[in-house]
Amino acid sequence: MGNVALKPFADRSNLFSVVLALADDHLILGHRVSEWCGHAPMLEEDLSMPNMALDLIGQARNLYAYAGALEGAGRDEDALAYLRLDRDYTNLLLVERPNGDFAHTMLRQFYFAAFMEPFWAWMAQNSVDETLKAIAAKAQKEVAYHLRHSSEWVIRLGDGTEESASRMGAAVEALHIYTDEMFAVNADYQACLANGVVPDLETVRATWHASVDRVFGQAFLTAPEVEFPQRGGRDGLHTEDFGHLLAELQYMQRAHPGLQW
Amino acid sequence: MNVVALDENRDMALAHKRAWAAASAVPDPEVPCVTVADLGILRDVSVAQTADGWSATAFVTPTYSGCPAVLAIELAVEAALLRAGFAASVERVMSPAWTTDWITDEGREKLRAYGIAPPVDGSSKLALFADPVVRCPRCTSENTVKLSEFGSTACKAQYQCRACAEPFDYFKCI
Repeated sequence: MGNVALKPFADRSNLFSVVLALADDHLILGHRVSEWCGHAPMLEEDLSMPNMALDLIGQARNLYAYAGALEGAGRDEDALAYLRLDRDYTNLLLVERPNGDFAHTMLRQFYFAAFMEPFWAWMAQNSVDETLKAIAAKAQKEVAYHLRHSSEWVIRLGDGTEESASRMGAAVEALHIYTDEMFAVNADYQACLANGVVPDLETVRATWHASVDRVFGQAFLTAPEVEFPQRGGRDGLHTEDFGHLLAELQYMQRAHPGLQW
Repeated sequence: MNVVALDENRDMALAHKRAWAAASAVPDPEVPCVTVADLGILRDVSVAQTADGWSATAFVTPTYSGCPAVLAIELAVEAALLRAGFAASVERVMSPAWTTDWITDEGREKLRAYGIAPPVDGSSKLALFADPVVRCPRCTSENTVKLSEFGSTACKAQYQCRACAEPFDYFKCI
């Protein structure tokens, strides 16, 4: 596994929890997207899905390696990615939602990329944490492609046939309730925010909204009013689908502990 | 200036040259027409004298966070330094982030000759969101069309030339 140059920030426990949550978001979404490999509706998308999954899992690896170093308990990226129980994962509920149809998958990708793009952009420019700054500088360029690609699909399907528009509309109905959790701030995040490590999520929210408005406008979609936003992932409270995902994700390390290649 | 110091400097410079020559000749495993130096992912090589001879450390930067070739590249660079007689190690450098601007002019020419359109200049975000004018590597026509945002590797997109009908890879600009 890679030896990323580490310059740990002083406040390690808060930062560990924030970096770990971010790593979980990327691993879990990367895993979900990788499930499309060999199943995408056309060859081009069969290339794009594993490419995006690779980007996300690569970003997750960098984040897990840093989290492991911050924790200082001897857990490496594999231990953090594969050997925790479901309640220990703090990824957003949005990223663990099943792929559904192609419209669901692309909308989920769009929501997340529109969130991470301004997040990474701020971090690459402003974070006082040099390691996160370096990870962000790479990830920012990668997520910009995901944002562009998924935006195009949301527009193409929303402004497409009756069938594609109804599918994209159903995806918005199903997934929009999970978006608010992206902007939730807990005590650990607040501490890192105060230290200048991570961006203000209200600023990120404003950029995210602008992206959604722009793309939905072209796609003839309406963002629903959400009365009861769904949260819980950041506290380790997951949906039923998450257990099934972990069973698949962790199988190899559980069956053959310590396996490497 | 004393003679011993001059000799040491010269030995150091020679060892560095030898280490750079070995490491920089390693081809990219996925785009073997170019070397790691052509792509700008081999950042530097440092050498040091040890009791048993010379040690060398190569500094390598990944193109994409999830590039599956990173490990293969690091192993190949390490092996090349070992073959050149160095106690070798490789360090991964994350910052500053790699950009396609670091691909050398020679590297761009090799890509073109290989049938891959090199990245259009400028790694700014604007370049990412506006579609660049990509020249066909076969017939040099600018009348080309993007077929797919993503290609056979993380770093490439799929294009087709409307003049000569040739489909080709475009090395994406990041």
